[in-house]
Amino acid sequence: MSEVPEQLLFTDDHEWLRLEDDGEVTVGITDHAQTALGELVFVEVPENGTEFAAGDACGVVESVKAASDVYCPLAGEITQVNETLEDEPERVNNSPYDDGWIFRIRPADATVLDSFMHTEAYQRFLAELED
Amino acid sequence: MKQTALYERHVAAGAKIVDFGGWAMPLHYGSQIDEHHCVRKSAGMFDVSHMTVVDVSGHDAGAWMRHLLANDVARLQQTGKGLYSCMLNEQGGVVDDLIVYRSGDNAFRMVVNAATRETDLLWMSGQTAGFEVDIRERANLSMIAVQGPQARELCAPLLATDLTDAALALDSFESRCFDGDAELFVARTGYTGEDGWEIVLSAVAAGRLWDALLQAGVQPCGLGARDTLRLEAGLNLYGQDMTTATSPLRSNLGWTVAWEPQDRDFVGRVALEQEKAAGVEHRLVGLVLEGRGIMRSGQAVHTEAGEGVVTSGGFSPSMECSIAMARVPAGSGEQVEVQIRKNAVPAKVVRPPFVRNGQIQRR
Repeated sequence: MSEVPEQLLFTDDHEWLRLEDDGEVTVGITDHAQTALGELVFVEVPENGTEFAAGDACGVVESVKAASDVYCPLAGEITQVNETLEDEPERVNNSPYDDGWIFRIRPADATVLDSFMHTEAYQRFLAELED
Repeated sequence: MKQTALYERHVAAGAKIVDFGGWAMPLHYGSQIDEHHCVRKSAGMFDVSHMTVVDVSGHDAGAWMRHLLANDVARLQQTGKGLYSCMLNEQGGVVDDLIVYRSGDNAFRMVVNAATRETDLLWMSGQTAGFEVDIRERANLSMIAVQGPQARELCAPLLATDLTDAALALDSFESRCFDGDAELFVARTGYTGEDGWEIVLSAVAAGRLWDALLQAGVQPCGLGARDTLRLEAGLNLYGQDMTTATSPLRSNLGWTVAWEPQDRDFVGRVALEQEKAAGVEHRLVGLVLEGRGIMRSGQAVHTEAGEGVVTSGGFSPSMECSIAMARVPAGSGEQVEVQIRKNAVPAKVVRPPFVRNGQIQRR
């Protein structure tokens, strides 16, 4: 059973979002996503300062098996990226919700955060996938 | 899905099971990268029972094998010796690749790929006109590959005591049958670039040996590690690096074609001679990525002589960078670019293997 922490928001692409005190949003991939991908061997993070629309491919995670896009879950500007992942992609496997964060974004419109799943909803979503 | 005799052991060991050519096989037992390193540094074991063992006998067995295969079993002077060969169609395309061992004066054992079992058996039986030959698939036998620098020393004591010395005395590509119906067979071969054995045995004996190897500290390894190990070793994967659409000459397997004696009429010979005379247009090379990213099969390769394609690619745990095999135009140089999504990333052309006996060959 995948770990799904409280206080986070989730997308149906298996990304998590954490609203920070300054209004920015930290984004990563969920425990379910990293398990499904397998051992990561390469991560490409977005470039700092880039603006993305919601749903844009803004990064790549590659496992021993295959490459997957990382989608920008909401419109905004990238304000920080986790460069340590370039040398240590396995952080995403070992600590998907903490050391394995991928980028931080300043949302163009914070109200879209209401559209994401909370912990319980994401757990139900995962349970349905496993059925 | 079909299961091997060791399936329950894989599940009990926590393996992630995947469908491989209709077989339920372990992909990894937790970490395929750790499994890879175990084989390079100590010893790992693979359940390869899905592979197809075919015994060939009969009055014309030798003559038939010399007709069937692009390599020449006449080179196998002594019982037990083995060689690698392609089995071609009339157009020179590769039907399968295999290892064949001489198991007697007029008897041979072939080990062919699992995914090509049906086509291979059909192809073989279609080539028997005029030959007195008996082809017998040994579907009930299991097969374990024990690979790595410590593989033989860890495995040898687990064989019956009267077999240990004989097994340890085997040279590379040499095999030995230890009973009349070839139900225990040890060959010093593998698919990892490391020393080790491939052992064919009964289902019951396979379970016992697997358990004993586990006790001895040999790491179970799945198909994931098997693929990265073979790629580092520069060993082609059938269906990916060569198919019926590609000849051995354009698959870096020209060395496996026995052109002499010239009067040996093997299937595909005419087509290969024509291709050779006309000039081989493509070659299969190794690539080491110099920029960031991971090469994957299907990606385009830009060279000064035109476009090529990655046939096998991935991350090399030993070299900690991406390596690949690619089919490129014959006149391409030493520096190419691989199209990884939006980026054309520089890569160096090398001659495989990338890693052999634990040592990185080229950077």
